Amino acid sequence: MSKRVGLEASHAAAEAARMADVDVIAAYPITPQTHIPERLAEMVADGELTAAYIPVESEHSAMSACLGAVAVGARTFTATAGPGLEYMHNVLYVASAMRLPVVMTVANRALSAPLSIWGDHSDAMAVRDTGWIQVFCQNSQEAFDMTLWAFRVGEDPSVLLPVMVHFDGFHLTHVTEPVILPEQEEVDRFLPKFHYPYALDPDKPMTLGAFAPPDIYSETKIAQEVATRKSKAVAIQGFKELGDVFGRHYHAIEPYKTEGAKTLLLTMGSFGETAKTVIDTKRNKGESVGLINLRLWRPFPFEELRQAAKGARTLIVFDRCISFGGPGGPVASEVKSALYNEKERSRVVSFIGGLGGRDMSAKDFEYVIDRGRQIAETGSEELFEAVGIRGEVTGIRG
Amino acid sequence: MTGKRLKTGSDFTWKDIEVGNIVKEAGNAALRRTGDWRSQRPILDKGKCNKCGLCWLHCPDAAIKPLEDGFYEIDLFYCKGCGICANVCPKDAITMIEEEEK
Repeated sequence: MSKRVGLEASHAAAEAARMADVDVIAAYPITPQTHIPERLAEMVADGELTAAYIPVESEHSAMSACLGAVAVGARTFTATAGPGLEYMHNVLYVASAMRLPVVMTVANRALSAPLSIWGDHSDAMAVRDTGWIQVFCQNSQEAFDMTLWAFRVGEDPSVLLPVMVHFDGFHLTHVTEPVILPEQEEVDRFLPKFHYPYALDPDKPMTLGAFAPPDIYSETKIAQEVATRKSKAVAIQGFKELGDVFGRHYHAIEPYKTEGAKTLLLTMGSFGETAKTVIDTKRNKGESVGLINLRLWRPFPFEELRQAAKGARTLIVFDRCISFGGPGGPVASEVKSALYNEKERSRVVSFIGGLGGRDMSAKDFEYVIDRGRQIAETGSEELFEAVGIRGEVTGIRG
Repeated sequence: MTGKRLKTGSDFTWKDIEVGNIVKEAGNAALRRTGDWRSQRPILDKGKCNKCGLCWLHCPDAAIKPLEDGFYEIDLFYCKGCGICANVCPKDAITMIEEEEK
């Protein structure tokens, strides 16, 4: 029997790594991710988990150690946040290009300066082009489920790509919620043993990480891009299998009360749960609004988004990151790309908020929806609007 | 270097690349044509060679191979033309000539 326990998202992710029976953990502590490696170190020390725990001296080393571990066929886990993710940035590209399926939880944190240990999505957006699969969670249960899913998908022989599991720093990492923990037998049914087909073997020497001159580098990148696009089908299959075994159903794009809705709000991460309550209130008042939760950020589910947005006049996108001097919110920019060539498309309105740990209340989301509808009607010269900023903001133009 | 050469140029498409750019046959760099970087080419005069092997020892890219008879052979498929062999040869048996010269 599965059991219902109180866990913060950090400990839920650590528990998922334990139940996935990881072989190697190499991590460096950084707020707000600290509880994840801390809990795993404890499990290893107490004999609850048989794994090599490598206490490295930096995030760059953490990721480098993880690459070596997967290269010999070890199921490998790490975790980081914000500046730590940036510090391993160049090694992230190595992991995906060498097709080494590391699983990493990222406790999303703002980037300095000014120094902030609190949450937003700047870190996730800065690594969106590194070739990793990226998935976002809304609560502790999802932190557990998505961590298991990440091993299932990343290690699939037809995928072999590293996966980042994102959950919001503090809003999830340090919040205790009820989590349903499955039986080990159920986990084993969902997650097969890891068999890395290219594991290093002294009897079969191979070269990993070779050099590529200009006459071949482009071909390697196209091969990688094709593999990344193909992984979407396995990601979706992974959601289906997770539903079959655990009874919790996830999708790349998750519509909520979107049926016939003229206005849709799209969010990614934990704030979606607050937005949901606002949709409930507005629906009860008879307003034609719905919500889309974007779960799979990379590979981006273009087709699924187009389907979900069909018929909506206005699509309001809420971002927790600024692309300085760019189009505004990175998620809004992606959504616009997805819809641009459609004959009939929703008007996309971009909002940015929740930066550096600032909360977004139900009232804030009510404002976002009401103001978003207004902008869709009247148009705006500004590329995006920031929520709850003190002082009038103008001049956000091309 | 005899026989085996790797597929290069237009024959080699992105579909020929192994997953993760792995090279399954270790140590096969010599099988890939890199000699076309060369602007100068070493010419070995066997008559002057005393088989000392300094050229072989100094070649930074393993383009010089010992033969069974004790002499050495320069693999122009792989040699980049740096000229170190000509420089270290105590017998001046190796001369560098411009690639344009036939």
